[in-house]
Amino acid sequence: MTDFSEVERIKAESRLLRGTLAASLADAATGAIAEDDTQISKFHGIYQQDDRDLRAERRRQKLEPAYRFMIRARMPAGICTPAQWLALDALANTYANGTLRVTTRQAFQFHGVIKRDLKPTIGAINEALLSTLAACGDVNRNVMAPPVSALASIREQTAAAAAALADHLSPRTGAYHEIWLGGDKLASSEAESEPVYGATYLPRKFKIAFAIPPLNDVDVHAQDLGFIAIVEDRELIGYNVTAGGGMGMSHGLAETYPRLADTLGFITPEQVIPVAEAVVTTQRDHGDRTERKHARLKYTIDEHGLDWFLAEIQRRAGVELAPAHEVAFSQRGDPHGWLEDERGAWHYTLFVENGRLADRGEARQLSGMRAIAQVHEGEFRLTANQNVVIAGVSADARAGIDALLSEYGMIRPATPLRLNSLACVGLPTCGLALAESERYLPELIDRLDKLLADSGLDDEPIVIRMTGCPNGCARPYVAEIGLVGKAEGSYNLFLGGGFDGRRLNRLYAENVDDQGIVDALAPLLADYAARREADERFGDFVVRAGHVAAVAEGPQVQQRQQN
Amino acid sequence: MSLALEQSPLQTEEQQALAQLASAWTDQQRLWASGFLAGMAAAAQPAATPRAFVQPVATVLYGSQTGNGQAIAEQLAAEAAERGFGVAVKSMADYAPARLKQEKVLFLVISTHGEGDPPDDAEELWEFLGSERAPRLPDLRYAVLALGDSSYANFCQTGRDFDRRLAALGATELRPRIECDVDYRKPAGEWQRQMLDIGASLAPTAPDASPRPLLRAVPAAPRYSREQPFAAELLANQKITGRDSTKDVRHLELSLTGAGIEYQPGDSIAVVPRNPPATVGALIEATGLDPEREVEVDGERRSLAGALSEARELTRLSPPFLRAYADLGGIAKLSEMLDDPEMLRRYLEGHEVADVVAAYPFSIGAQDLIDTLRPLAARSYSIASSPLAHPDEVHLTVAVVRHGTQRPRFGAASNHLAALKAGDRADVYLDSNPRFRLPDDPAAPIIMIGPGTGVAPYRAFLQQREAEGATGRNWLLFGDRHFDRDFLYQIEWLRYRKSGLLTRLDVAFSRDQADKLYVQHRLREHGAEVYRWLNDGAYLYVCGDAKAMAPDVHRTLIDIAASEGGLSQDQAKEFIQELRRERRYQRDVY
Ligand code: SRM
Ligand SMILES: Cc1cc2nc3c(=O)[nH]c(=O)nc-3n(C[C@H](O)[C@H](O)[C@H](O)COP(=O)(O)OP(=O)(O)OC[C@H]3O[C@@H](n4cnc5c(N)ncnc54)[C@H](O)[C@@H]3O)c2cc1C
Ligand SMILES: Cc1cc2nc3c(=O)[nH]c(=O)nc-3n(C[C@H](O)[C@H](O)[C@H](O)COP(=O)(O)O)c2cc1C
Ligand code: SF4
Repeated sequence: MTDFSEVERIKAESRLLRGTLAASLADAATGAIAEDDTQISKFHGIYQQDDRDLRAERRRQKLEPAYRFMIRARMPAGICTPAQWLALDALANTYANGTLRVTTRQAFQFHGVIKRDLKPTIGAINEALLSTLAACGDVNRNVMAPPVSALASIREQTAAAAAALADHLSPRTGAYHEIWLGGDKLASSEAESEPVYGATYLPRKFKIAFAIPPLNDVDVHAQDLGFIAIVEDRELIGYNVTAGGGMGMSHGLAETYPRLADTLGFITPEQVIPVAEAVVTTQRDHGDRTERKHARLKYTIDEHGLDWFLAEIQRRAGVELAPAHEVAFSQRGDPHGWLEDERGAWHYTLFVENGRLADRGEARQLSGMRAIAQVHEGEFRLTANQNVVIAGVSADARAGIDALLSEYGMIRPATPLRLNSLACVGLPTCGLALAESERYLPELIDRLDKLLADSGLDDEPIVIRMTGCPNGCARPYVAEIGLVGKAEGSYNLFLGGGFDGRRLNRLYAENVDDQGIVDALAPLLADYAARREADERFGDFVVRAGHVAAVAEGPQVQQRQQN
Repeated sequence: MSLALEQSPLQTEEQQALAQLASAWTDQQRLWASGFLAGMAAAAQPAATPRAFVQPVATVLYGSQTGNGQAIAEQLAAEAAERGFGVAVKSMADYAPARLKQEKVLFLVISTHGEGDPPDDAEELWEFLGSERAPRLPDLRYAVLALGDSSYANFCQTGRDFDRRLAALGATELRPRIECDVDYRKPAGEWQRQMLDIGASLAPTAPDASPRPLLRAVPAAPRYSREQPFAAELLANQKITGRDSTKDVRHLELSLTGAGIEYQPGDSIAVVPRNPPATVGALIEATGLDPEREVEVDGERRSLAGALSEARELTRLSPPFLRAYADLGGIAKLSEMLDDPEMLRRYLEGHEVADVVAAYPFSIGAQDLIDTLRPLAARSYSIASSPLAHPDEVHLTVAVVRHGTQRPRFGAASNHLAALKAGDRADVYLDSNPRFRLPDDPAAPIIMIGPGTGVAPYRAFLQQREAEGATGRNWLLFGDRHFDRDFLYQIEWLRYRKSGLLTRLDVAFSRDQADKLYVQHRLREHGAEVYRWLNDGAYLYVCGDAKAMAPDVHRTLIDIAASEGGLSQDQAKEFIQELRRERRYQRDVY
């Protein structure tokens, strides 16, 4: 008990996530909330941040940092209706910084909301029948599921399963309603309870994704818990269960590492909830609550061993897992543009660079999506690649959508490299950022595009991902080219990740700046152009050519090695 | 303090008179007086009866905000004693209006503040005189010394008001009222002389009435002054409003090293400004005069441009200037305006000398221009630091004055200061304010109301209380336009709140929501708490805007006393008046 981490104390004293949030909101003398409350607010989907571009200036002005809040609205499988879209869009312009941010977990983020606007914003999100509860915090996060698939029925079933699971694992506390929606206080918090989580919730965040092969858009192996749809003659017969994936690590801290999930076995669709609950409660009871850097499920599994873990799951779920089926993944990028499913419905996947929906000069994707939401009759689906799918368009409605897409300049020519790129948010909002990410990757890609053109690799899809720190929010350790911020203008370069996301990459160069990145990649790309085998992926090539040694397990990711 | 009266040779009434007289004295005066009396006894010949203590022949009442009038009044008393007769000196705040009926001779020293308003300590007496309760005063004889500043629209208003009102109540004027402008020393000395002669002539045992040259006819000049300021080095000049703010407020740090200036929290620093080059340029252009042209100014010869930037008031219009200019140029329109108070007030606000010259041009000579203009006055700034926390330094919080639409107009002192860089020097001197002081009792709670730059002295207060380890509770009410950019010294207040030094911190930001929100609203909102603090002996301070804020806060305080204390309006007013008398309600407003 004694050496529990600080956050554990805060959770325990929080009376099921109340903390002193109400008082913090009422304090007009600061734009911040009480320190302990910054931990509690995460469970409500709210992160305290400050505009880091202004920090130094405001300190000199004897003003507190420009505190702003990031609000995350979760939506299982990234699905929302046009009405909900319009509601969120309105909030982006009234209370947030005039942009909508599509995240790598198919959710929405608002940035730049000030304290006194939190209530109205959260209120409006809930009025739109969406929630921010458990979008962050030591609980199950937004549950991912593929936004598009050639098999509409399978997509529907996985999306439904994701929604049911999200619902089952959603916190039961009345605090959220009480604090944000003016709900009346429960007589005593004894009246409520957290059947699955208990009063201190999980030791750490917990993430679940569903995948439909051959598409691995959700990076299922980077998740704590994964369900890979197994389809036999167009029927969903069940899922392969994977567990223990995760990206987060710390520079130079060997005991922290990214890890790919292990495959546990096969289950039928109705076994999803009991098995998921068993994994969650196992992590609840055995996860490390003393050291947050060591608290994710991946470490729990490595501590106790996979066999113990599997046995524990089966005991708790009362389910025998069958042997896993063979699965093959071919790609992770979204199928951009129009795609028709087997029922003849059309889906348009719009490329949104780094997920930032904004109006920038000619390119007015925020306004454009608003215009589309006003006429669209289907739904919208966010992708794990930070893109947006305009889903369920009838053949004769396509022309109208196309017209709006071009009217608002929403489609910019982009190389496969750019289409396969991801960048986390990073500066100026992210409190953990060590370097630029979202604001910098686009320029870097301009330069890399030239390199590729010179080597005639223009239309080679290469998975490139950048994050502003080693936490890995854009899943950089499963990229073919991973760039992880070390300090302002300086990155660690990782190479050799599998195109399908089933091999981690390895540290190749440390502390490289813009020019250093280009200089490091130029010869490799030239070599790739010269010596690649037929449709050999860049990530596979650098390994085969011996530029980096393949990574067998997480701890090797930070060890530079060639062969 | 009670005197040991048992073995006293004096008659009771004599004793009372002595006690009463002494009560109005400063300690220094008491010491001086005891020495004086002892000296008289020692010097007494057996033949001549020692000039024992005498009844005061007159009461000197002063209404004084920043201490000038008080000093003049106390000086008068000391000189009277030196000439062998007594006068009773009192602040109007400590004077029960009912006593007026018994008064025979009254010497009034009264300044004007706000926008032609009485100083705080005179308000109650003024209200009484104006009301029906005011008695007829046929037996009263009086004289008025009015202190003022002719750059304000209502010059010496309060002095004139008292004079008119006393006459209306049937009292007789002993001497015509004397009005003092910013440099009050000479006229005040003259008035003291007149009063002393009157006093001497009234003294029962005809004392030596021979008019001796007054030793200290006026308060001893401070070490530094408008004429001999101290050139303080600027240590820091930091804008403390955020980038989106419509205001430019500066935190300035000045070094007093070597000046030997001793100040207390609550004091102000007077800054001798230079006129902004643009302002000087605009005037020279409007007149078409040669900037290099030599003129005589304050007894020395210098260039017109030099005289205009360093010796004459260009940014503040004043009636005397308008009058002189109108007469010199024979400008009827201006003379009309001068006779229409409303028009005048409106014109004074927002216009400057160059505007007048441009609007009513005539070929004025360089010397004439200099002679019609007023001397450039110093500007005061509340000291925002404590001598204990920052020895040999003063910190100032200066709002840079820029206004005007078609042509930008600049405030002289604030822009002069804002333009200084570390290492530059500013001419300053101490403008002490004995009427704005922390309680002597370190355990006494204090409520500090200071929106905008009015918060400056509280930074000094809190630094002082922290340094002294004072245990009293501290409550700060601050307000401005926008929370995120105009919250002056925000991180310091938050640190004090965290450390516990600041017990309460309440803020009102007027433009962050649909309807305006000001400190007085917060005050009202927490009325019960305010009233509780006051009953716990809290001292209440108001600093900042005199036009709107101070009166609104004052009304609110009366409301609070009424509603929370269940008092009638009159009782509530009395409750607040009583706070004033006890010096538990102090204001420094501008
Ligand atoms: C918005 C998003 C990145 C994006 O560009 O889309 C994001 C943004 C942040 N992540 Fe993340 N993470 C996001 C997906 C991820 C992923 C990818 C995924 O989930 O598939 C990962 C790697 C997978 C994993 O969890 O291991 C990820 C691993 C982290 C970590 C490291 C966790 C660890 O185990 O070490 C942190 C830091 C922490 O939790 O202590 C973190 C923390 C953060 C915070 C909240 C920073 C903070 O804690 O103060 C970032 C907010 C930045 C901002 O200003 O918006 N984020 N974060 C993604 C939101 C997902 C969502 O909607 O819920
Ligand atoms: C005891 C005391 C303490 C003070 N403490 C402080 C302090 O701590 N901080 C501080 O900033 N000030 C303080 N002041 C006010 C300060 O003394 C000056 O009056 C102020 O800085 C303006 O001086 P200036 O020379 O810059 O402007 P000036 O040259 O005096 O010009 C002011 C002129 O501009 C006009 N004007 C100003 N604003 C406007 C407007 N918005 N629209 C139209 N016309 C306008 C006025 O009518 C006036 O004629 C204090 C004053 C006193 C008496
Ligand atoms: C904020 C403020 C407002 C003033 N308003 C006036 C005024 O309206 N009319 C006037 O004649 N003098 C005005 N004065 C000048 C004072 O009356 C003058 O400084 C006087 O010497 C102060 O005397 P005291 O220290 O006894 O109060 C004002 C002074 C200050 C500081
Ligand atoms: S990867 Fe690091 S910098 Fe980027 S969003 Fe996540 S926490 Fe912030």
